[in-house]
Amino acid sequence: MTTTPRAPAGPGILEKPALPCSEECLLRPGNTNCGGCGMSVGLTMLGRALARADQTCSLVIPACCGIVTAGAYPTTSYGVPTVATTFASAPAFATGIASVRDLNDEDGQVICWAGDGGTYDIGIATLSAAAERNEDIIYICYDNEIYGNTGGQRSSATPAGARTTTTPTGKSEDKKDMMAIMVAHRVPYAATLSIAHPEDFERKLEAALSMHGLRFLLLHSPCPTGWKSEQGESVELVRLAVASGLFSLYEVWNGDEYRINAEPDWTDPAKYLERQKRFESDAVDLERTRLACRRRFDRLGRLAREFPRETATA
Amino acid sequence: MKADPIGVLTGAHYLDGDFACGEGAMAAGCRFVAGYPITPSTEVVERISRRFPTMGGTFIQMEDELASMAAVVGGSWTGTKSMTVTSGPGFSLMMENIGLAAMMETPCVVVNVQRGGPSTGLPTMVGQADVMQARWGSHGDYEIIAMSPQSPQEAFDLTIEAFNLSEIYRVPVMFLMDEIVGHMTERVVIPPADEIEVVPRALTGKTPEEFEPYQINGKPTPEFARAGDGYRFHTTGLTHDERGYPEMSVECQERCVRRLLEKITDNADRIVRFEEEATDDAEVVVVTYGITARVARLAIDMARRRGVKVGSVRLIVIWPFAEKLIRELAGKVRALVVPEINYGQLVLEVERCAAGKCAVLPVSHGGGSVHDPAVIAEVIVKAAAEAA
Repeated sequence: MTTTPRAPAGPGILEKPALPCSEECLLRPGNTNCGGCGMSVGLTMLGRALARADQTCSLVIPACCGIVTAGAYPTTSYGVPTVATTFASAPAFATGIASVRDLNDEDGQVICWAGDGGTYDIGIATLSAAAERNEDIIYICYDNEIYGNTGGQRSSATPAGARTTTTPTGKSEDKKDMMAIMVAHRVPYAATLSIAHPEDFERKLEAALSMHGLRFLLLHSPCPTGWKSEQGESVELVRLAVASGLFSLYEVWNGDEYRINAEPDWTDPAKYLERQKRFESDAVDLERTRLACRRRFDRLGRLAREFPRETATA
Repeated sequence: MKADPIGVLTGAHYLDGDFACGEGAMAAGCRFVAGYPITPSTEVVERISRRFPTMGGTFIQMEDELASMAAVVGGSWTGTKSMTVTSGPGFSLMMENIGLAAMMETPCVVVNVQRGGPSTGLPTMVGQADVMQARWGSHGDYEIIAMSPQSPQEAFDLTIEAFNLSEIYRVPVMFLMDEIVGHMTERVVIPPADEIEVVPRALTGKTPEEFEPYQINGKPTPEFARAGDGYRFHTTGLTHDERGYPEMSVECQERCVRRLLEKITDNADRIVRFEEEATDDAEVVVVTYGITARVARLAIDMARRRGVKVGSVRLIVIWPFAEKLIRELAGKVRALVVPEINYGQLVLEVERCAAGKCAVLPVSHGGGSVHDPAVIAEVIVKAAAEAA
């Protein structure tokens, strides 16, 4: 087993973070997020990327853990203008903001920050419509494959076999392929993110921040509470997901220019599954999972060969 | 008809109101539930999703509340008792399909475990501010039935009652719990199945040739044919005639909508349920419902110790409103005091029925907790003094 090196001790609560975004990091010290939360890492990465790009943003967040993060004022409120929208409506709300921002000739990104429930399920209609209109929005879905905020119910991002409070014997349906859905909208940029691949993550945020139109980013976001995994293993788990082909790192421009960012080393997906108690169920079909990893990546590889991204840079 | 024992968990339990509501639904014969997670209601469907596989029920976690309510209407048209469960924001999203259910005369139960609002409000804390929305939330004229339990035991008992009423009147029944009743844990006694009375779907005895889906034959509601049983089948949210076909005319609108209203208003005396205590010689009567009824009890004791003759009315069925009762009381008492966890909703209805015959005093509370009983007691004492 590979051990994850411990991060160096962070700055004290009252000190400024080492890498400020605009004025502060998006995610401030003192927040009440769970240990090992992938969304927390994602927010930090986003804050740093904004700071490096010297950009500001408004956050548009539907019901999800991300809005609870902003809730416990004054310890953790986001350092940027933030709107908590209704569950189904973040992309529509962001459409309004982005449109008026353009009318008023204002700078700054409009960024939707939503969980898989708000993206794959209740919010998909407004997201699809915003994508079709190619609104000038960055949409980041932190996909923890569960309704974390309401205590762990299944979503259509929950993988087959996983136990949740509403699939007590294990979910029987496969995870929805959200990337394929967004790519089918031919949005200017769609990419997947993993906190186990921070350089790739960083580069993709940079790319998204340098473009216009609807940019969709899908973050595989570990949730120790919902996955019933060890908090210290979060990074290792999503690293295994990429290595086994369960979660592929790739990016797609305009719906038809593909680039794969990490080749799996075909680690057995069992290594990923066995560290999460949510997969302790008879509904897990290991052979099928192995096959699905191969088939999915094979399909992606063929797309990347057939429709490659020609330009060298993002 | 008696309940099917397979859904009845007979015995004494220690359950919270959400679980008890789920058990009530299963005892009532509910076998289709579609819902979407929302605090503080999710435990109802979590309970059901664990228990349904043992009795052949289907629970589907839908993609949102629009879909949940629509699926419930669809499920009910197969003849299966169907229910959805939600809280404020989800209740708002369900409104269009609740109107459709009312227009199509679809028996179903909509559980709303109320939290503080408006909008996202207080997701984990109590409110009673959806009382008017339950009655008026969808557009147009229609009638529904709404009930409000005060304890986990009642969450069980009244959920069965809610299903029965929805079957008798072919109407969506709003089951207005609140966060405290939903999350409080108490003793819940579930009787043997043969002591639980359930109303089955009133299927038509007619042949497919003579059957018309909205013909009433002097009864309050039409007979039911299940989708897929071979009967000509057309149901719609459009104004429709006895055959179920759309008819855009003033006459048909009058016939169709008036019957939707009158099947409830004409039977209000049969549907309305309340508990009355010491109202005979009362100067002041406290009118409450849900969790507030339990808080008001202490307030009533406090006021009695200060010499006020106080009675109480606890509304178990909120809609249709206990109009006759309030009209009678208003002629006898000096004041009606209405504490509720909102800024004054049902008090408007009390005021309407009192029609100036006595004082009507709201005791408002924005939500997040129950009232301080002393605050209610103060209003009671003051009401008695002022009216004297």
